[in-house]
Amino acid sequence: MELLERFAAGDLEAFEVLFRQHQKEVYAWIVRIVRDSGIAEDLTVETFWRIYKSRARFRPDGNFRAWARRIATNAALDHLRIARHETELPDDLAGPPGEDSAVRGEIRKRIKEAFHQLPAKYRLIATLALIEEEPYESIAQAVGISAGLVKIRVFRAVRMLRKKLSPLRVEAVAK
Amino acid sequence: MNDKENDLEIKELLRQAIAPVKNTELRRDLWPQMLRKLDEQAASAINVPWFDWALAAILSAVLLLFPGAIPALLYHL
Repeated sequence: MELLERFAAGDLEAFEVLFRQHQKEVYAWIVRIVRDSGIAEDLTVETFWRIYKSRARFRPDGNFRAWARRIATNAALDHLRIARHETELPDDLAGPPGEDSAVRGEIRKRIKEAFHQLPAKYRLIATLALIEEEPYESIAQAVGISAGLVKIRVFRAVRMLRKKLSPLRVEAVAK
Repeated sequence: MNDKENDLEIKELLRQAIAPVKNTELRRDLWPQMLRKLDEQAASAINVPWFDWALAAILSAVLLLFPGAIPALLYHL
């Protein structure tokens, strides 16, 4: 019996093989969304737990990798919904020094805050599309929507950010 | 500045404020953690379901309010 068939039949050893084959990739995908290694590890385990629970629904002739990524994306999205106001994004980029660095620093701070306030489904798409520069098609497959809808959500996320940031940008221009 | 330029500016500011994750390497094998989760879930699966607890609570309340029902209950057991 093939590995995926054995997994679908509930064979724990087959599940372990699949886990070891895919854990790195699942983790790498999740950490790009949640941006915290500890949370990403927990969510990787949660993803595989969901995979194991729904093994009976998996078609052995299907694409396990794509299925796992979809479940991982949902797990990460669930996390973003719950932890929306709790998790701080890491301060991971120092801007180029310059005479307007104080203003730019303030803008960066406000952007992070505004980004944090986006609804989870927009934040997920914006993170992958704008920050991680993942192709729309790949995001669409992972989220389970069309590439067109990904584009629309990116557009709406940018508009929401623009609305939240517009007063600050006026101040920055004035300075 | 038109809408399109504004949007491009926001995208650029976002990229400057939040960098892509550089290290996406998994540092340890998560299988032991996975096994623990499977064990925990298996243990919780054999726990008493909530409606059994509810039934027990109702029965206790009935026996407390109507102690005369105890012999009848014992007779039927």
